[in-house]
Formats: sequence, structure tokens, C-alpha cells
Amino acid sequence: MSLISKIKRFLGIETKPANEEAKPAKSGEVGASEQEVEKVAEENAKPRIGYIHLSGCTGDVMSLSENYDILAELLTNMVDIVYGQTLADVWEMPEMDLALVEGSVCLQDEHSLHELMEAREKANMVCAFGSCAATGCFTRYSRGGQQARPDHESFLPIADLIKVDCAIPGCPPSPEIIAKTVVALINGDMDYLQPMIDLAGMTEGCGCDLQKYVVNQALCIGCGTCAMSCQTRAVDMTSGRPEVNGDRCVKCGICYTQCPRSWWPEEQIKKDLGL
Amino acid sequence: MVLGTYKEIVSARATDKQIQKVSQDGGIVTGLLAFALEEKIIEGAVVAGPGKELWKPEPMVAMTADEIIAAAGTKYTFSPNVMMLKKAVRQYGIEKLGTVAIPCQTMGIRKMQSYPFGVRFLADKIKLLIGIYCMENFPFASLETFVSEKMGISTDLVEKMDIGKGKLWVYTQDDVLSIPLKETHGYEQSGCNVCLDYVAELGDVSTGSVGSPDGWSTVITRTDGGDTIFKQAIDAGIFETKDMADVKPGLGLLEKLSAQKKEKNQKTIDKRKEMGLPVPF
Repeated sequence: MSLISKIKRFLGIETKPANEEAKPAKSGEVGASEQEVEKVAEENAKPRIGYIHLSGCTGDVMSLSENYDILAELLTNMVDIVYGQTLADVWEMPEMDLALVEGSVCLQDEHSLHELMEAREKANMVCAFGSCAATGCFTRYSRGGQQARPDHESFLPIADLIKVDCAIPGCPPSPEIIAKTVVALINGDMDYLQPMIDLAGMTEGCGCDLQKYVVNQALCIGCGTCAMSCQTRAVDMTSGRPEVNGDRCVKCGICYTQCPRSWWPEEQIKKDLGL
Repeated sequence: MVLGTYKEIVSARATDKQIQKVSQDGGIVTGLLAFALEEKIIEGAVVAGPGKELWKPEPMVAMTADEIIAAAGTKYTFSPNVMMLKKAVRQYGIEKLGTVAIPCQTMGIRKMQSYPFGVRFLADKIKLLIGIYCMENFPFASLETFVSEKMGISTDLVEKMDIGKGKLWVYTQDDVLSIPLKETHGYEQSGCNVCLDYVAELGDVSTGSVGSPDGWSTVITRTDGGDTIFKQAIDAGIFETKDMADVKPGLGLLEKLSAQKKEKNQKTIDKRKEMGLPVPF
């Protein structure tokens, strides 16, 4: 089954069984036609990915490009980048299997609003790529009143305006999680992707999540995973509990996302360890 | 399975006299990390080292066998080892890292490896994760209560703490004191009460005293990597081993305690769910 069908089936979108069950060729007729079928099937299996850049720092797509060892293979043979500033020489947004949206959306920026709405229309799946798109992250602190656009004041996670199918939080997301996600998408490994689908609902993040949703809930065990994962070193451990420096916190939501007491992917971990 | 997925379980102890002298039980963690360092399987290890205050450990990066031996012995309070892993890789430049972790810390590390959302280039550098059996962990103030209030001595005099045979033991230079474990109940951190993992089911190798005679530890090998390293260490004469069937109190006790923890804490989980409180498991 092609990736497109898998994604569509997963999202409950009607899918045509075209191509995937090619009629068996008569004996003696193999060769060119069979190769052609294979070629079509292969082309169809490449997901068409668009990259939409809203109010973010480009760090997320830079992190993607840090997958040096698989990047060439990824871009040539595994996916088609069909849209994106700097990535594809295209003006009109085409139909896409997946739209990776980096950055939050600015309510005062008509162009961003339009681009986001168009992406939702043209893409089967929309992914909040990085914490700005997912939780608002650093842009949550914006209060406007700055040059060159003093009116640009209000920045929201994209799920506040459109339906988001999955999220990859991180400021930026690690190169590995991006690679793992893309590979899971290509393999149709929906078990692996389930947390990303669940995280689409997390549109607020903050270091204070640790206190509110872990310590206050009698769940903290002082392991230090939050302090390890904080990308701005805003979390320290004091007497076995996280202590958050609010001045350093960018509201990316990673500390709570990585906490073993927020959600627990036991099956996946055992599978990865061979246990 | 009450002991998690595993390859083999044996009773073992380190043959090195220096390790035997300082270790909590069989010196498995100390011996295995020191062996892995010397064999260059790892370049450094995050361990619970001595802190500024006695019995208040702090995570540290050990780069030599001596540093690992200096951190030997169990500390019954928090040492957020997981937070040091990134430092070990970024600031110490360690490419192959070992560590020791209680079950909940093991969970944080394994979740990060499967889903490294915000953690860059660390997951694949952890080459040896030794899990230790754990029923519960105590805030430092609880330890102070046990030693200063219930036993009536200063924590400064304590040379070793141990839990076994239903009691919390404290060794000073010329005395052995104890309180029944029952008296420690209610002093543990409450996050422990929803944990279903006693035997560090996600470690490469897990170990603890339960099931083996005094001075020995019960070792469970789980992953291919952990099994290989432990066998290499046995072949190198780092550990001597005994068949679990030949030792007292034996595997039955380990299974019993693991089942007890699961059963008791499952009740807490069910009760929390009834109250509408979140539980990740």
C-alpha cells in the first residue's frame, strides 16, 4: 500500500486502490511494462511535502538539514519537497500529502493567515513543526510595539486557527526526531507516530507545567529528565525537584514532553530495545 | 512477567578486594562500569557521587575507575543522574557513555532515546545503562528523620546505610543501628507510589542485593548489549558467579517483592484514576 493511501486511510479519507494492485502481467510480457508499474508505484510512494515558514527562526528546518547522513537520500529518493521558500522554486502552493509548518501565526499578518489557511486546504496532513507552531514557544512573549512592524503583536500556535494532525515540539526538534518521524511516515508506522498525533493537542507549554502537572499531581520522582532536556538550561534540580528559571524559559514545552511521568510509550520503548 | 524481559539471572560479586570493601553488596555497578571504562566500551559514566553534604549525593561524570569506586555504595535519596547525561556529552565530550539509574530514571532515559523531541545527539551515545532495584526513594529530610530522630545519632557519623531483612540499617564506626521498614512508610516521595517497576525492567543490566546472600548481588541481563558486556566481565575475572538455584534466599524473594510493589502501586493507580487524577501508566 502506498504511503498516501496509508495516511489517507489513517485520517479516514476515502482512498482509491489505484496502482497498488496492478494486474499481474501475462507471462512473457514482463519487462518494460512491469518496470513502468514499479516506477509509478515508487513515485506514488514518495510523499509530497511542503514547508511553510511562518513566525519562527528557521531553526527547525535547519535541524532537519542536520541529518547529513540521510539528507541526500531523503530528498532525492524518499520524499518530494513540492513547496517552500528556499527549498522549492514554486509560487503557487500545490496539493501536498504533508505540510510542515514552522513558526507561530501572527494575527496581524494577513499573508501568514492566508498561507496557513491555504496549507490546511491543500495538505492532507498538517504538522506543527517545532515548538513555535506547536505551543507558540518564544513568540508567546511578544507584545508588539517594535520596528519594523509595531502592529505585529499577537502570535498563536497554529492549532488555535486550523486543525493540526500532528506536532513535533522542540526548540528546535532534534535532527533524530525529525528523521525518525519522516521514516515512520514513509513506513506507515502509525504506532510510532501516535505521540506526535496526541501532541497536536498540546498548544501551551511552559516550565511551570512541571510544577502544575507533575509535582502538584504527586508524580515527580526527581529523575532529572526535564533538566536534561531543557534546551535553554532553564531547569535545574533542587532537593530532587525541578526548579525553573522563568527568565530563561521559552515555553517550548519540551521539559514536560520528555518527562517520563507525562506520557509513557512503553510498547515502543520495549520494541526499540528488543525486550 | 514479574521480573521483566531478561536473558539470564545469576548471583554475582566483584572479585576485586578494593571494590568489595566499598560496595553496597556485590559491587556489580562499580565493577561493571570500571570494567567498561577500562575496556573502552565507555569513555565515562554518570554516577551518584559524593555531594557537599554527607549522604546528599550529586550526579557526577566519572572518567576513571578511581572516580567510579569513590562513588560506590547506595544513597537513599535523590541524585538526578539523568540531568548530567547531556553535560557528560556536551561538556566532557564523551561519545560513549555509561550510567547507573533507578527504574524511574531508566524510564526517562529510555523515553528520550525512543522519542528525542528536544534532545539532540545524545540518544545513541548511551552504551551501558545499569538499572538498580528500587522499592522507593526518600527526600533527604526523611533520611534525617530516620537517623537523627528515630535512631538518635547525627547523620555525620553514618558510614553506611542499607535496607534489607525488613529493616533500615545504619552503620557507624562502632555501632549498628536499625529501625523497622514499617517506620519509614509515609516518608517516601509519593511519586514512587505509582511506580510498577522494582527490578529496572528497561536497564541493559539490572542488579540489587535481593535474592542473593550477603555480599553478593542478583544480576539480570536484559538487552543484547548488556548481556555481552556482563559476560565479557565474567570472562575477564571481574565477577565470580553462582547459579541462582544454589543461593539463598533465591529468586523467589525477588519475584515476591517485585509482585508486591506492582500489586500495591496498582491499587494507588486505580485509586488515582477513580479520583480523576492523571497517571501515565
